[in-house]
Amino acid sequence: MSGSLQTVLARLRGGDGARRSGLLLIAALMLLALAGVGSVPTWITLTLAGLAMGMMVFIMASGLTLVFGLMDVLNFGHGAFISLGAFVGVSVMAALGPWMESASLAVNLAAVLAGAIIGMVVTGLFGYVFERLVVMPVYGNHLKQILITMGGLIVVEQLIYVVWGPDAIPIPRPETLKGALTFGDVVLEKYRLLAVAVGLTIFAVMTGVLTRTKIGLLVRAGVENSEMVESLGYPITRLFIAVFIAGSALAGLGGVMWGLYEEVITAHMGMSVMVMVFIVVIIGGLGSVEGCFLGALLVGLMNNYVAYLAPKMALGSSILLMVAILMWRPEGLLPVAKGR
Amino acid sequence: MLNTLFSGDFPRSRWLTGLLLVIAVALLLAPFLFPGSRPLDTAAKICVFIVLVASYDLLLGYTGVVSFAHTVFFGMGAYGAAIALAKVGPGWGALLTGGALGVVSAMVLALLIALFSLRVRAIFFAMVTLAVASAFAILVSQLFHITGGEDGLSYSLPRELTPAFRLVQDKVFDVRIDGRLLTYYLVLTVSVVLFLGLLRLVNSPFGRVLQAIRENEFRAEALGYKTVLYRTLASCIAAGVAALAGVMMAVWARYTGPETTLSMDIMVNILLMVVIGGMGTLYGAVVGATLFVLAQNYLQTLMAGLSSALSGVPVLPNLFAPDRWLLWLGVLFILSVYFFPTGLVGRLRGTGAGR
Repeated sequence: MSGSLQTVLARLRGGDGARRSGLLLIAALMLLALAGVGSVPTWITLTLAGLAMGMMVFIMASGLTLVFGLMDVLNFGHGAFISLGAFVGVSVMAALGPWMESASLAVNLAAVLAGAIIGMVVTGLFGYVFERLVVMPVYGNHLKQILITMGGLIVVEQLIYVVWGPDAIPIPRPETLKGALTFGDVVLEKYRLLAVAVGLTIFAVMTGVLTRTKIGLLVRAGVENSEMVESLGYPITRLFIAVFIAGSALAGLGGVMWGLYEEVITAHMGMSVMVMVFIVVIIGGLGSVEGCFLGALLVGLMNNYVAYLAPKMALGSSILLMVAILMWRPEGLLPVAKGR
Repeated sequence: MLNTLFSGDFPRSRWLTGLLLVIAVALLLAPFLFPGSRPLDTAAKICVFIVLVASYDLLLGYTGVVSFAHTVFFGMGAYGAAIALAKVGPGWGALLTGGALGVVSAMVLALLIALFSLRVRAIFFAMVTLAVASAFAILVSQLFHITGGEDGLSYSLPRELTPAFRLVQDKVFDVRIDGRLLTYYLVLTVSVVLFLGLLRLVNSPFGRVLQAIRENEFRAEALGYKTVLYRTLASCIAAGVAALAGVMMAVWARYTGPETTLSMDIMVNILLMVVIGGMGTLYGAVVGATLFVLAQNYLQTLMAGLSSALSGVPVLPNLFAPDRWLLWLGVLFILSVYFFPTGLVGRLRGTGAGR
């Protein structure tokens, strides 16, 4: 008995250590980049860009990692939700054209919010259908999951072409979110500030739900040992579907935000963002929301610093980062302790 | 004799044997049966893809490993040959050296990825390879002074393989025996040799161990097989064969670019071919690749007809627009993973419910 208590304590301490080393890694990366970039204002701009990118990737990746943690489902079709969310959100925003062009920040934000919410609702519903139709029949078989969700991704991408046409759709940012705030030499793009704010809010809400509510407790317990949760009488499948829907909705939100960030959307965007999402999820440790957050910040910052210092290396650098981190911790930064 | 040639692994079904015979005869006599450059092009692509898909099946179907980096190896072979031909000039030496370099570097990269993924959980492999594949595609488009970037490379082949070369002055059965025809038969011969080689490999004790790993890795390990070693070897061999398929593609198309060798679309196509044809049997690669390449080239024509026939109805014409053929193959793909996990070949063998 005391032995198992000790392992639990060691695990907790291990978690804290990993958390600390993850944060230290981010700090080290930022300092290193400061030395490399050489100018403080540029560095601040790049850091903001990196944080914004990290937050958006976090929003998209968090659902994927939870879905895996809870039910051992590896959803390669997650990218479809990103694209779908972007297209729905952009259509809504295009319909609210005058709101987007209005000079008032509140009206602009209302338009973006409307787009994001409708995008999230649609992708959430779609996630439910996707889970029931595509994912459910292949529980417990990774090989088939990868194949079938990949197939789902192809079909959804093609359906987007059918509905919205094959061309990329440009989407200008709302009037008051264009441009940047300047303080002396420091340039802070407004939209990136918004992205960071949204990302932090989502992270705070998600951590709050996971650590302070009963549902969160069940989800965390399910990630660690789903059979035990089920044998205690909680419907793990229903829980899982709820998480899947929430994860899909977040992917949709991420898609809307990413679309506004790139200012153009294509049906293929989900697939291309997925590469970064996977890197983040692997770095963080599959199943861990906090690890995902740390990983997303690392990848976002790394991408922007490297894109400034050596533009051709951007994506390559995140892969090298992933390789380095996995050499150090083969399970990722904050692996989820599995109780099975 | 037949037993040695097919390594004792026969189609084991009357229908399948018939289908394979039809495909073999059609490929063998393609230039004479279907005159014109488009059918010949289709036939050559079928040969190349049979080899590529068979090598992928070695990973997916026999070993149970999902990799998204197969196009990288295919591309390395193609670019190896293409860069040598474009920079050194059209000659057999350049073609062979470039091709060999491409194959070797593909195998080395496969070894590196395998060694690296030993340290991490097996399930990361699919995601890691996906990341590597997209990084490689970006690398190729950025090193444009070597690879031609997004435009790719066009080059000429050794004289014996050009349309201007005549082996025999007269026409044989109304077909001109020129360099293009020689190229086709070169591609066909290499494909047959590689395919039979792979068939030999999967029916060897080595192949049995791979299947054991697919079925129950833990147990294979417990029986004393070093699963890691076997998996690494399998991915290196698959990479080497894929690179050879790439060399053939480069020779046949006389053009190599990211769209034809590295894009995610090609990877998706390979997946579709393996799954629709049938995983875990190399005959699946033959059936899958043939049907898919035919569909790619001719289904679009059919769909264009359907689309225009439906032109009065809303939405439907879009669903059947020729560019949306991948939609229908995607649906077919999902359905076949559910209902025919052993693909068409499994169906024909009457073991569709197996596994």
